[in-house]
Amino acid sequence: MNAVSARDICKKYGTVHALTGVSFDVEPGDIFGIIGPDGAGKTTLFRILTTLLLADSGTATVDDHDVVKEFRLIRNKVGYMPGRFSLYQDLTVEENLNIFATVFNTTVRENYHLIKDIYQQIEPFKNRRAGALSGGMKQKLALSCALVHKPSVLFLDEPTTGVDPVSRKEFWGMLRSLKQQGISILVSTPYMDEAGLCDRIALIQSGRFLKIDTPQNIVGQFGRPLWAVRGERMSALLRDVRSHPQIATCFAFGDAHHVTPADPVLTPDALSSYLRDKGHTGIEVFPISASIEDCFMELTEAAP
Amino acid sequence: MNVIEVDRLTKTFGHFTAVDAITFDVAQGEIFGFLGANGAGKTTAMRMLCGLSMPTSGTGRVAGFDIQREPERVKASIGYMSQKFSLYEDLKVWENIRLFAGIYGVPTKQIAPRTDELLHRLGFEKEKETLVKALPLGWKQKLSFSVAVFHEPKIVFLDEPTGGVDPATRRQFWELIYEAADRGITIFVTTHYMDEAEYCNRVSIMVDGRIEAMDSPRALKRQFQAPTMDEVFHLLARKATRKDTA
Repeated sequence: MNAVSARDICKKYGTVHALTGVSFDVEPGDIFGIIGPDGAGKTTLFRILTTLLLADSGTATVDDHDVVKEFRLIRNKVGYMPGRFSLYQDLTVEENLNIFATVFNTTVRENYHLIKDIYQQIEPFKNRRAGALSGGMKQKLALSCALVHKPSVLFLDEPTTGVDPVSRKEFWGMLRSLKQQGISILVSTPYMDEAGLCDRIALIQSGRFLKIDTPQNIVGQFGRPLWAVRGERMSALLRDVRSHPQIATCFAFGDAHHVTPADPVLTPDALSSYLRDKGHTGIEVFPISASIEDCFMELTEAAP
Repeated sequence: MNVIEVDRLTKTFGHFTAVDAITFDVAQGEIFGFLGANGAGKTTAMRMLCGLSMPTSGTGRVAGFDIQREPERVKASIGYMSQKFSLYEDLKVWENIRLFAGIYGVPTKQIAPRTDELLHRLGFEKEKETLVKALPLGWKQKLSFSVAVFHEPKIVFLDEPTGGVDPATRRQFWELIYEAADRGITIFVTTHYMDEAEYCNRVSIMVDGRIEAMDSPRALKRQFQAPTMDEVFHLLARKATRKDTA
């Protein structure tokens, strides 16, 4: 039994194709990441799977229940944390949690073990209005509320967007411990560096999945040699690498440019001396393995 | 030449020291990353540098002007972009440029020809009459950066400028930043994403109101024996005693 199973899901808004034939399976107990930019269709997919929106065509099940025919069953079994903070801003931390527990016909005490590690961090502020919490604390409260009825599948739509690096790291730590308690997690993010924290990922762009696999397999399948190129003047270096006739692509990647040669005959040494002839200093060219961002760009190159 | 010179800059709110005697310089044309966890004091420090908030003590000069005595001249010498607020969604592309160019004091006669030149450079000619709200996010980001440097300021402050765009678009954005820096515009950028910090010439990391580290990303990674800026950041931010309760 899959935690989530989707077949050929399509959804249009007017003339805009939000999803064009998305199929995938999430195995029980997996952290499955949907990774792609804003507007790629992540939220639409989450809303269809959580029974809040009907697909135009295609089928999907969550915990073996059909998202259309058995939506009531699904709503009792999933936890959903929308991308936009959607708790009651005028209620306190504790009141929000109690409301969510009551709606699902349970109590905070009954499932306290599940939220304990997360909730304890915000418990000192339990009498504060939710609207007055910091971003990191709102996120912890929203996760607690999504968990209080002990869901079997958790849907987290961009939980780390706009969150600082410290809270972000803590959040992924919480997801790992929830996984250990047997909860399946579907999480979306625009941040490619979070891919490695998932068991499996789907890369999404313009309403379709570019690839579904483990992060390790995806980077392993990068089809070309990849070099890092560094120098003293990174901006001029970008232009000069691109001017080389045997270079296919060159993109800025922070402290190095990532370069794919178009011609297998070109060597890192040859590129180095070409760049030194152009007046660059401190040039280093060396092979590297691809990151998820490199793969995403390779996969979208054909259809920009 | 330094375009930002800050000496023991401090801001207190009651008994709380938000910014605690920070000292640093930023050179012309430099891409300077200003990092710190939520609550570390970044926003307060940046507001002082933009002439929006008066320091409690210490001094700062931005674009050659004293932030305490000449805040209006500071404001006229800088550009500002943040992801939260940048452009007016209900105005057309050219109207946004016209508005901000006027606010920043670009001579009226120059605005129209420079608008066309900018749209040509960005490949946006066809979108001149488009409402900003109809643009894809990546285009909005490129446009709002271009608007923030339209008046060729000495410094542009980028407050968490990117996020949510695909990797290719993100790189086009950084290339715009590189081009502006090449023209001599200093880039002062805050970001929560440490892979973006790697693009900076130098970064500072604030912890509890103080600058705990400042150097090039490479030197910091060497100093902290960490493979990425993300790890450098966590090694430093872990020391924070101030709780993020704001």
